[in-house]
Amino acid sequence: MLRFVLKRIALMVPVLLGLSVLLFAWVRALPGDPARALLGERANPESIARVTERYGFDEPLLEQYLRYLGALVTGDFGSSIRTGQSVTESFLERFPATVELALAALLFAVLVGIPVGYLAARHQGRPLDTIVMSGSLLGVATPVFFLAILLKLVFADWLHWLPTSLRQDARIDATHLTNFYVLDGLLTREWDAAWDAMVHLVLPGLALGTIPLAIIARITRASVAEVLNEDYVRTAESKGLTRRLISRRHVLRNALLPVVTTIGLQAGLLLSGAVLTETVFAFNGMGEYLFDAIGQRDYPVLQGFILFIALIYALINLLVDLAYGLIDPRVRVS
Amino acid sequence: MNAGRRDNDQPLLSVRNLAVTFQLRGQHAAKAVDDVSFDIRAGQHVGLVGESGSGKSVTSLAIMGLLPRRGVRVSGEVMFDGTNLLSKSRGEMSALRGRDISMVFQDPMTSLNPVIPIGIQVAEIIQRHFNASKSAALERTEELLARVGIPDPRRRLGEYPHQLSGGMRQRVLIAMALACEPRLLIADEPTTALDVTIQAQVLEVLKKLVADTDAALLMITHDLGIVAGLCDTVNVMYAGRVVESATRERLFAQPQHPYTGGLLESIPKLDSPRGAPLRPIPGSPTQVLPWSEGCAFAPRCGNRTEECTARTPDLDPAGDRHLRCFNPLSRTAAEARR
Repeated sequence: MLRFVLKRIALMVPVLLGLSVLLFAWVRALPGDPARALLGERANPESIARVTERYGFDEPLLEQYLRYLGALVTGDFGSSIRTGQSVTESFLERFPATVELALAALLFAVLVGIPVGYLAARHQGRPLDTIVMSGSLLGVATPVFFLAILLKLVFADWLHWLPTSLRQDARIDATHLTNFYVLDGLLTREWDAAWDAMVHLVLPGLALGTIPLAIIARITRASVAEVLNEDYVRTAESKGLTRRLISRRHVLRNALLPVVTTIGLQAGLLLSGAVLTETVFAFNGMGEYLFDAIGQRDYPVLQGFILFIALIYALINLLVDLAYGLIDPRVRVS
Repeated sequence: MNAGRRDNDQPLLSVRNLAVTFQLRGQHAAKAVDDVSFDIRAGQHVGLVGESGSGKSVTSLAIMGLLPRRGVRVSGEVMFDGTNLLSKSRGEMSALRGRDISMVFQDPMTSLNPVIPIGIQVAEIIQRHFNASKSAALERTEELLARVGIPDPRRRLGEYPHQLSGGMRQRVLIAMALACEPRLLIADEPTTALDVTIQAQVLEVLKKLVADTDAALLMITHDLGIVAGLCDTVNVMYAGRVVESATRERLFAQPQHPYTGGLLESIPKLDSPRGAPLRPIPGSPTQVLPWSEGCAFAPRCGNRTEECTARTPDLDPAGDRHLRCFNPLSRTAAEARR
């Protein structure tokens, strides 16, 4: 087990190395000159030349890459061309916001999606099934920004039940240790701050979680419907077990395998940032920052952030594989 | 087992005019079982024989109340111990299944849950019906596994189905079905999916446990060899109906229905000359149950007369048996019928 995990982690090294080459080439293939993007349209040629030289944009690509790689090995991801802030630092500042938002969205999607999908499968072809399936189709089809704006309009602007934007009320004087605001509030026992941070997660979490919710509900329904036809479910029924036990032990456990894969994929997507949701709710996460970095050709930020995201993706995949082993003894790693 | 006749001692299970119709929305209704009647007395071993699609398995699922509720119509009567199972509620049936009637299924590869240890899968039925604690149920499971011939049962408790061979899995299913010492065990082709050598072993185990627990047995099979070695009486099904029912001795010594005769004829014999052709029943069963106009077996039957395609025969007493045929294989039976 430990060996399996270590092997998988070791395998990530070549993957990330290859990705760094691709990324390096890709950001430089983006049309536009970073020096000009940084200095603006009316910058004079001298200052552009100065910036170009300072960041080494005129050197051969291979040389630039090797220098970048050399720094990477020592853990130095460089610093932003725009702000001068170190990439690692800005990542650690924004990533917690993205994680909190992604977890809120995922929690919503899983806690609602699995039961709803299960019920739909149990009521195949009946009204409940139809409602769930058309509802989830609508969920997948609704653009995130539209839903985000709608939620904000109704629950924040009209009803005033929930805050309109930001991660925490500015009037709250909260201590921030990790930049995970909810966690910080709990760690420092500032309950108000933790509660406020949670309340701020509700609307963006709902907006961002709707599509994963719909996908998880559909996958759960399909998977449960399949398992319900399995011989071993009939065996369980022939034993006179209660419906509850059959559902929990014999149906759900088997049906969850494909659902776990889906949850993993969705978690990866959510953790790579949610530009639209973050923008609507001024959430100050990774997505928005990354989006701006693309616009401004901020090479170090793009490369660094995307490498981090790739690493997180790989780790989530590893977690999914381990979860698989927990559920299904046939794929358990010895 | 004799339809229509009540003996002094009331049978344990009495199936009367059982009919099962599958009807999906927008499709024609398909009758899988029609007018099936037979009895099983306590401790008796009864065979239900027929080829694929003759309605044997559907009959057993109807008795167990395991057919899906939607799109299936079940009519007739399944009297068990004096009450009609078909009129019991879902909860009542669930309390009865596994405790009073249980079932061993055909395919041991797919009939066990792949992600639950086999110990739990056997123990859960004991927990459910005997209100036993988990540890007591597991202890009893260990005994049961030993009784069905699984070596090192304590270690096996924690193993998963994929770690067991097909024969071992079927033993687990037998242990499971007999865990609560039911009064009736339905075995639906329990050895079909196994190698021939394993078949014999598993059958021995089944026989021994059924004898030990005094359970009545309904053996569903297409294998007349199994019937010959196990059953007191035999019901032969064709196209959803029972066509002949008799004691084992009478049926094998003197088959009367041409279909039963064909089944026995089609078994290859070791003492027949080398190169002698196999003797299958010509044709194959039709999909739609054709009992509405004459005998369903008539198109494949060598004894066919005009009467066979004009009228539908009933299952009537014919001497030492019940028979659904106008032109049985021997005259005596034919005369006894008239």
